[in-house]
Amino acid sequence: MPQNEYIEEAIKRYGRRFNHEERMRKREARSVHKNSATAQKLHGLKAKLHNKKRHTEKIEMKKTIKAHEEKNAKTTAPQEPQAGAVPAYLLDRSSQNNAKVLSNMIKQKRKEKAGKWNVPLPKVRGIAEDEMFKVLKTGKRQTKQWKRMVTKVTFVGDGFTRKPPKYERFIRPMGLRFKKANVTHPELGATFTLPMIGVKKNPSSPLYTQLGVITKGTIIEVNVSELGLVTTGGKVVWGKYAQVTNNPENDGCINSVLLV
Amino acid sequence: MTTAASPASPAPAAPARTVLAQFRSKDGEPTGPPLQLPVTTTAKELALVLNQLLANDEPLPYTFTVDDDEILTSIDHDVLTKQQKSTEATLIIEYTPQAVFRVRAVTRCGATMTGHADAVLSVHFAPDSRTVASGSGDATVRVWDLDTATPKATLKAHTNWVLCVAWSPDGNTIASGGMDGLVCLWDARSVKGTATKPLAVLKGHRDAVTCLAWEPMHANAACSRLASGSRDGTVRIWDTKSRTTEFALAQHTKAITCVKWGGEGLIYTASRDCSIKTWSANDGKLVRTLAGHGHWVNTMALSSETLLRTGPYDHVSAGKKWSNATEAAEVARERYRTGHKGAERLVSGSDDFTLFLWTPSASKQATTRMTGHQALVNHVTFSPSGARIASASFDKSIKVWDGFTGKFLFGLRGHVGAVYQCVFSADERLLMSASKDSTCKVWDLRTKKLKGDLPGHADEVYAVDWAPDGERACSGSKDRSLKLWRQ
Repeated sequence: MPQNEYIEEAIKRYGRRFNHEERMRKREARSVHKNSATAQKLHGLKAKLHNKKRHTEKIEMKKTIKAHEEKNAKTTAPQEPQAGAVPAYLLDRSSQNNAKVLSNMIKQKRKEKAGKWNVPLPKVRGIAEDEMFKVLKTGKRQTKQWKRMVTKVTFVGDGFTRKPPKYERFIRPMGLRFKKANVTHPELGATFTLPMIGVKKNPSSPLYTQLGVITKGTIIEVNVSELGLVTTGGKVVWGKYAQVTNNPENDGCINSVLLV
Repeated sequence: MTTAASPASPAPAAPARTVLAQFRSKDGEPTGPPLQLPVTTTAKELALVLNQLLANDEPLPYTFTVDDDEILTSIDHDVLTKQQKSTEATLIIEYTPQAVFRVRAVTRCGATMTGHADAVLSVHFAPDSRTVASGSGDATVRVWDLDTATPKATLKAHTNWVLCVAWSPDGNTIASGGMDGLVCLWDARSVKGTATKPLAVLKGHRDAVTCLAWEPMHANAACSRLASGSRDGTVRIWDTKSRTTEFALAQHTKAITCVKWGGEGLIYTASRDCSIKTWSANDGKLVRTLAGHGHWVNTMALSSETLLRTGPYDHVSAGKKWSNATEAAEVARERYRTGHKGAERLVSGSDDFTLFLWTPSASKQATTRMTGHQALVNHVTFSPSGARIASASFDKSIKVWDGFTGKFLFGLRGHVGAVYQCVFSADERLLMSASKDSTCKVWDLRTKKLKGDLPGHADEVYAVDWAPDGERACSGSKDRSLKLWRQ
């Protein structure tokens, strides 16, 4: 047993013998005869062990040969028809698998009433007020501290007009107002940028819902008319709920998952 | 003043304004002398006058158009005020005969027929409108009886999806082509239960069979010849009696998307190599190549298609039986002669968003190029009389064109997904369309608006067909069911 790699080192340094490949080839070719000779000459316990090993080896060899033969043979045996049947005009066309038809409007309304939703993010960290609002000092001597500025992303809606600035308690800065959200369909895996319709519920507080603040875990309503979804009744679906999955104030975009 | 039937005179104070009108048939021949008609003449009164001029035994319905604008209320309202025409010049009023019978719109689902284990890929009514055959992805063909809406027979012989089914014009045989490259023929009259032995299994194609076309009955009384097009680029003409290939048409280089057998002894084949080829049906020689499309040719339609498909049956002879095949063939020939005038016209739709209108027997240049769609055209169809063409496209709209000149008439919007197929009703007043958004819609062609919505399928609707007698329509969908629609 070599204790170090001096053999490999020597091979690397000086190379092998000139007839090394041929000798190896011939040795392999002769090994068949050698094996057969030893198998015949062995006796006693050694023979039993050798025969057992050889038997398992032969079984493996036979299996691989048969597998190769099956692969090469061209069979006309009838196979099961594959899934995904398409008519002739859709053959060889990569059809975009759009979302299929959805559950009833009534079912959705019932779920809404019960307030129970199967959402992807059931538990979200609550946002404290001092994290959410920044205190703004106003007044001649900067002593009044009743105004608050929202530090998270908000959604205000189309017809939004600010209250007169003198009476405005909560300020939603324009830079943090977003209209579109990136919505991922959970089954298809495709993501679409869809306009938002409104904020349905912010899990931290109803005050945040009213203000339209969007944080991780908020349920928003998005306009899905682009996807072309139709209910069984034949009506076109144009609004669906989605849950926000990132922290929009850190990323600059709203990523969400559609609730189907 | 030479009118035969003048309407009631207007208020005695003002004299009635009249206009000089000349009736003209669709092929441009003037009918009767020029007449002076009051401007308040309505369409009904025009019909009365025309019937008298033509000396018809029974009053037939007509539609009247001036410069392609239909006269719905009265000449004054529709022509003079809308088109700003003067009463000095002679008005040329073109008339087209309408179908005598009127089909009521299908508005409700008569029955849902389930039974297939995979998506329904194609649907075809029998020429006598009694039964419908459907081919599905579970490799079976099912024949359904329409009066009871129950399955009559299940035909199992294919080993892969059944892509197309076609009834022979005499209604005796069903041909089905599948993804496994086989064409199976079944005896339509005697199948019941689960049948696994077809009349014949025609082997020869190397790849999926995408379309089938029977020889018209007036050319072959026994309906023994069938053409099948395949994805391997060849079309085979089979003799069903001897179950062999008579000849194979192998000039296309890519998959064949559509095969049609015309009424004048020509076979038309459309392929993904962007060309359409015309072949002679007697010996399989290539007659013409119609080139012009820039991308795959998806679909074709012939102006005489409904006549050829229904053979001797028309909208009243639903249950009729003839004593022998030659008699039926005679009736079919008579029907074809009276129903189809002029050269056969062919319209083709392609992936390059355009359609072409051809008269293949006349020239290899297209008559018109019909553009306007914003996505590929998936299906085109002629109305039963050949007067209109409808095209269904993946841009969610259907467009209706004039069947003789190819001029665009109007578009129909309403679907929210790609429109897969469209079919005219037997009297041409209604159009039904099937779409990827899982609804079928019925459109009224007179008002050019949506007549009714037919929701109810749970997944994309792949195939739709209207019975030749106009009573029912059937749609097959990916949700494995067929729906029968009736009024």
